[in-house]
Amino acid sequence: MSPKARTPQVPAATDPSLIRNFCIIAHIDHGKSTLADRMLQLTGVVQPREMKDQYLDRMDIERERGITIKSQAVRMPWEFEDETFAFHMIDTPGHVDFSYEVSRSLDACEGAVLLVDAAQGIEAQTLANLYLAMEHDLVIIPVLNKIDLPAAEPDKYAEEIAHLIGGDPDDVLRVSGKTGAGVEELLDRLVVEVPAPTGDADAPARAMIFDSVYDTYRGVVTFVRVVDGHLSRREQIRMMSTDATHSLLEIGVSQPEPQATEGLGVGEVGYLITGVKDVRQSKVGDTVTARDRPAAERIGGYQEPRPMVFSGLFPIDGSEFPVLREALEKLQLNDAALSFEPETSAALGFGFRVGFLGLLHLEITRQRLEAEYDLDLISTAPNVIYHVTTEDGELHEVTNPSEFPDGKPTEIREPIVDATVIVPAEYVGPVMELCQSRRGTMQGMDYLSEERVELRYTLPLAEIVFDFFDQLKSRTKGYASLNWQGTGDQAADLVKVDILLQGDKVDAFSAITHRDHAYSYGVKMAKRLKDLIPRQQFEVPVQAAVGSRIIARETIRAIRKDVLSKCYGGDISRKRKLLEKQKEGKKRMKTVGTVDVPQEAFIAALSSDEDGEGKD
Amino acid sequence: MPAALPPGDPVPSDGSPPPAVRAALPARADRPLGLYVHIPFCSVRCGYCDFNTYTAADLGEGASRESYPDTLIAELEFAAGVLDAAAAPARRLSTVFFGGGTPTLLPAEELARILTRARELFGFVEGAEVTTEANPDTLDDAAAATLAAAGFTRVSIGMQSAVPHVLATLDRTHDPANVSRAVAAVRGAGMEVSLDLIYGTPGESLADWETSLREAVAMDPDHLSAYSLIIEEGTAMAAQIRRGRLADVDGDDHADKYLLADRILAEAGYSWYEVSNFSRGPGMRSRHNLHYWQDTDWWGAGPGAHSHLAGLRWWNVKHPAAYAQRLAAGISPGHGREVLDAEAVALEHLMLRLRIAEGLDLAAHAALEAAEPITAETTSRLVAEGLVEEEPLVPDAEHPAGRLVLTLQGRLLADAVTRRLAD
Repeated sequence: MSPKARTPQVPAATDPSLIRNFCIIAHIDHGKSTLADRMLQLTGVVQPREMKDQYLDRMDIERERGITIKSQAVRMPWEFEDETFAFHMIDTPGHVDFSYEVSRSLDACEGAVLLVDAAQGIEAQTLANLYLAMEHDLVIIPVLNKIDLPAAEPDKYAEEIAHLIGGDPDDVLRVSGKTGAGVEELLDRLVVEVPAPTGDADAPARAMIFDSVYDTYRGVVTFVRVVDGHLSRREQIRMMSTDATHSLLEIGVSQPEPQATEGLGVGEVGYLITGVKDVRQSKVGDTVTARDRPAAERIGGYQEPRPMVFSGLFPIDGSEFPVLREALEKLQLNDAALSFEPETSAALGFGFRVGFLGLLHLEITRQRLEAEYDLDLISTAPNVIYHVTTEDGELHEVTNPSEFPDGKPTEIREPIVDATVIVPAEYVGPVMELCQSRRGTMQGMDYLSEERVELRYTLPLAEIVFDFFDQLKSRTKGYASLNWQGTGDQAADLVKVDILLQGDKVDAFSAITHRDHAYSYGVKMAKRLKDLIPRQQFEVPVQAAVGSRIIARETIRAIRKDVLSKCYGGDISRKRKLLEKQKEGKKRMKTVGTVDVPQEAFIAALSSDEDGEGKD
Repeated sequence: MPAALPPGDPVPSDGSPPPAVRAALPARADRPLGLYVHIPFCSVRCGYCDFNTYTAADLGEGASRESYPDTLIAELEFAAGVLDAAAAPARRLSTVFFGGGTPTLLPAEELARILTRARELFGFVEGAEVTTEANPDTLDDAAAATLAAAGFTRVSIGMQSAVPHVLATLDRTHDPANVSRAVAAVRGAGMEVSLDLIYGTPGESLADWETSLREAVAMDPDHLSAYSLIIEEGTAMAAQIRRGRLADVDGDDHADKYLLADRILAEAGYSWYEVSNFSRGPGMRSRHNLHYWQDTDWWGAGPGAHSHLAGLRWWNVKHPAAYAQRLAAGISPGHGREVLDAEAVALEHLMLRLRIAEGLDLAAHAALEAAEPITAETTSRLVAEGLVEEEPLVPDAEHPAGRLVLTLQGRLLADAVTRRLAD
């Protein structure tokens, strides 16, 4: 395959009519990286001898190590009917928690390749991003990938796609990222079908930030799509949400290696480096303008990142609290959506209340903290944002059960989401059952094909942040895919369940649940703590309570024997060391009222859900 | 598998105590000196046992059943040399205790020969207490007579249980009927009798335990030890429990059985003097056993044996062959040692004294450099909780601050009380 572009257009001097901006919407494993490889190769921006599999993904790994950033937007030349065009291929974050970031990336494009594995068909997340792309009026180019696979069923899935986006199954392109078949045709079609960007080249500069990443060597690298006007190197720029101004140290495009340019013009996509160290100073969705000739209005659609799910994160080893703080601060440099503040728990010690965009964001963050900072963490049950109105008319925002106001609330509102589940038809029953048990309301059901069904539910966010996805997977043998997005809130009959040890609240175990689930939660936690907390010299009741009403009770019986009967043949040292060890252990105990509890017991009680035990 | 030895500082090859310990020795001239002699042989390895003992008859040069007594004697001679070199005040032995293993797997004449050598080297005080442990199957009239003639005054017989299925679970192969024969032999030779019992074996019912207690009492021993079965890491029994083949031991069951033992033994005229030890009157207490809890000095001879001398604790290498090699080369068999610091002294004092009926002398406790103060508020709370006897707290001439003596319930929670007082 030889490169098809002879003289690439020069950045900052490219006529918008020759620019095509697109992204690829695909489910993980559906071959996006391999297809991108072929495009890099066919357009000649990566020489055959430099070509490695999953070129851009490899750079992602390097990026995580803080070495370089290149893959957010790649500029590639393409020859079509004797004219040289410039493509900008824009990366979209792959998962549901980052739907806002996805929407900004889509805003930077005029077209989208909908890439579907010809052996698997479309998945819920892809569908969600497809709908998002359609809302943004992007031109969709449907593509079936992996047609070289023996298991490929292109006819069947072409039908499915046509059903989803309208049009004819014959319009669905068939490619193989692996062999390269159909990729040239796809590039040609992008030129033909994706509209050229439009904008006012003479207007004050306006560029939309669609991604912003932190690089150890260069500081924050901001990726923008120029909408109007022109940004030039060495210019002073202004962030329109904060009015902060910065000097442009570098402006350029990725090909896919970063290449400094004179500037960026209308419709072009590239990067800016200003020397700031924190991605929160360069927010996704914000508008960049020139200081000396600022635009009057921002580009629409900007939102501050808003955490949806909160969880307490505590180091298992209390002395690692400063390490956790530092790690969270570092992650925040590259994750504007991450928020945290210190939290103290009688049961778990010092930690942080951390806000996340969703459960996946929580999981990824926790994994990174554990893998990259070598921390052992325990997290409390995820909590959504409730709005509680009390009898005196006061409105409380509750992100932590401890903030739940005392007394009888007049109204409690909880966030709800629209969830989409795609499953093989035979699993519709179990999925409906699960959604019902999670207080879901069915909104609709569509057969995508004879075998695959799309189910739409409105669900309380609180019901899906815990183990919903695991349950969904286990009830559908792993075939179900899920997507959701926040849609507002609803009033609900919710209560706070407290767990009491000898009458004293154990903060880490309080939970806000629907009244119908309070009893089962209370019974489960009381039993679990009873089994995990060592017997004391006195009887200890473990109770679950809603307000002052006890809804479950277990009893830890008093210990009756705590003495070593033998003297080990004069080995007094051994006995003393045992005692010293026990004394050390006692120091690490958390005291609730007069009850000494090893922190391990609390941790085990909180972790057993993670291990999949004790689910109801 | 025998339990691991504690980590510690190395012992110099001449076995000499550090200067601070040497300096403390003259002040201890009036304290009793004991000798423990370890016999590391058994015919069967019991599933619960983690003591340093071996079933092979020949464990190497100087460590066969035939050559081992000479190796032991070499350590006794080495010990006398170390004490001499440290200019320790000459002290005769108050107590001697042969334990194991199964001391009676060695011929009684050999035990007698070892004891005789100890007497030559150290001398015995008037009325010295000399005990050996014995397996009921290996003690007949002739052996008992030989032991008595050599100066043994007590025999502690490993009865463990009177119930066959309990003995089987414990891997004890002796014939229960032999226990009374052994008791008769010991008594016939004019020695005191002690019986060792174990309770809480998996499968042992409360009735089984009562049977064992009643049969033991019926033999009218002078002394009884009742140890709860402890499952030690690395033993065969621990593995069986882990695999679910045996039920795990249960603290409540142990508590019930301890209460039963205390009641039956009290009814039969035995009273406790240490958590696990009961005797018919103060005169029948095992003084050697008590010494472990009273900060006296003793030399422990034999592989893995532990010694204590004026705040210095040390322990010998474990394997009998390595032990014999050291002595053959004229170097100390000591494997590791520790000099107790003030905190360790205070903690040990608390932990050891609380276990005995004499209790913790609160004035002596308060005099220790690193002792946590025990306030009147603490003691009255312990009394209120039923863990400590009220009466001994009243000061008397000998105990100007009174004594802390555990109640029956307190004995069952002795370690918990110790931890509370040590904080």
